[in-house]
Amino acid sequence: MTEKIQLPPARYEYGGDEFVFVELDQAMSLEANFAGMAVTNALREEAIEGVVDICPSNASYMVQVDPDRLDPRELVEELRRLESTVGTLPDDYVLKTRVVDVPVLFNDPWTHETLMRFRDRHQDPEATDLEYAARINGFDSVQGVIDAMTSAPWIVTMLGFVPGLPFCYQLVPRDRQIQVPKYVRPRTDTPERTFGFGGAFAVVYPVRGAGGYQMFGMAPAPVFDLSQSLPDFADDISFPNANDVLRYRAIDMAEFESTRSEVESGTFRYRIREVEFEPASLLADPDAVNRELLEVLYR
Amino acid sequence: MSELLVRAGGLYTTVQDTGRFGYYHMGMPPSGAMDVYSAVVANMLVGNPDGAGVLEGTYVGPTLEFTDDRVVAVTGADVPVTVNDEPVEPWTAIRVGPGDVLGFAMIRAGCRVYVAVSGGIDVPVYLGSRSTYTLTGIGGHQGRKLVDDETLPLGSGDGSARPGAVVPEELRPELAGPAELRTVIGLCSYRLTEDALASFLGTDWKVTKDADRVGYRLRGGKLDFTDREQPFGAGSDPANVVDLGYPVGSIQVPGGDEPIVLLNDAVTGGGYATIGTVISVDRDRIAQTKTGDVVRFTSVDLDTALAARRDRRERIERVRREIAR
Repeated sequence: MTEKIQLPPARYEYGGDEFVFVELDQAMSLEANFAGMAVTNALREEAIEGVVDICPSNASYMVQVDPDRLDPRELVEELRRLESTVGTLPDDYVLKTRVVDVPVLFNDPWTHETLMRFRDRHQDPEATDLEYAARINGFDSVQGVIDAMTSAPWIVTMLGFVPGLPFCYQLVPRDRQIQVPKYVRPRTDTPERTFGFGGAFAVVYPVRGAGGYQMFGMAPAPVFDLSQSLPDFADDISFPNANDVLRYRAIDMAEFESTRSEVESGTFRYRIREVEFEPASLLADPDAVNRELLEVLYR
Repeated sequence: MSELLVRAGGLYTTVQDTGRFGYYHMGMPPSGAMDVYSAVVANMLVGNPDGAGVLEGTYVGPTLEFTDDRVVAVTGADVPVTVNDEPVEPWTAIRVGPGDVLGFAMIRAGCRVYVAVSGGIDVPVYLGSRSTYTLTGIGGHQGRKLVDDETLPLGSGDGSARPGAVVPEELRPELAGPAELRTVIGLCSYRLTEDALASFLGTDWKVTKDADRVGYRLRGGKLDFTDREQPFGAGSDPANVVDLGYPVGSIQVPGGDEPIVLLNDAVTGGGYATIGTVISVDRDRIAQTKTGDVVRFTSVDLDTALAARRDRRERIERVRREIAR
């Protein structure tokens, strides 16, 4: 990677009596996310009585406590200890996760219909969201920005906003990150399974609803399934997990429709491969590690 | 199994308990009774476990008809309560029988009423809780608010209810006057100027009409953010930060002029700077404010927040002793 990003000391804050919020950096970086991953993974393994939930976020994390069982100050002491022992991932740290193929139909008719209804809330009412993103990121064409988003995989750096929504950050150096602003004023409507983009984050909207991210396309497969009818949702109503590596793959309408019918008949399964990689190697040579990740996924 | 007939659903009545925990990391808020104290005390009055399913009514309570012998209690907002159109006392365990109808008049103070029935509202437990989360339509009664002319399942009581038991006045919440919300300032409060932070604490904020289980939007002042070059990934608006987790009770100020206090059904994270968190006990208090009411924020430290929590627990135990007499 171009230049290793040095993180400032973590900032510990009490979110009232029930939450501890830890800011690792004000700016987004893989380094900040990996630091949060190291501490939250270690904390999870300790299974401390009174820790209600552990919520990794992009460049921060949050722990929900039951203050009747665990004094938040004791938790902060433990988090500081973890910061000093595992807070920066050692070079030989191996992340065990899974890499998943996530098909996306870019320029789909449904998000196109929606974005046309909300042009008055957009930075560039004359262009589509993808055309705008291509232009402000210095691509000659919409295909250029699609190629950039689909060539390297992404890592789930946070789940939230609404149940099952994955915030994904691409596994490339900062100077190759695509960035777009959110809508000037949020929309009141976003189709379910919209592939959206805001800041440096790609998301798939789990359910229909309000939203401010740019709309680039639509995923045929769900990330959230209340009925738990698909095999990938047997254990959980939400598919993505923090640290999952997702490869967004551009598909055509024919594949979109065939995947939709698999989803509707209850037979769809994501292509998932167990994978291990060293975050330190990724930071040192992202292209090589990304090639390996994709090689494992499509082997 | 016995049923409770919902003759009228009221304005916004949902089944709630003390909340659904362990799913915040995937983006699911706890839901649960907004005024925990009133919900727990209502359950105690009818001999239920503290976390049994209750009904939470908003502004206009439901009209309920009983189909068997039960004990019912109403707590929370100050509102005239009737059984068969005859006034009955709130904060009191009342014996009812088949055909008896519980009704409400207009709320005098507060915002949310809690109705506990001996045996509890026995909707299915979903992910460990009976609480309704309407955004994704899960939990509670079919994941939604009650409508007119439907039925709710009731559990079987264990006969421990003591009809006539009363919660003494001094153990009922204070609902009059501006709501003082004790707040732990912090999180991303560095985004506000010193003047803005002082102004935030010194302002009488008015509850707007956008005030529900998701959050309360307030109006009454303007808060300035400090100038900075926005960090990578944060977005261009001065109120933006790199998307992060929002504690329940946290306060954000998207446009600088409308603070939002996030509550039980809120989004779990997002890209707006949070400036502090209302302490858990005082979520009970904001839950009893309504459009037009005034709220003020007071800066407190964690010790005060924890002490307030202990106080509430002691009050709950005092109620338990009073009822057991």
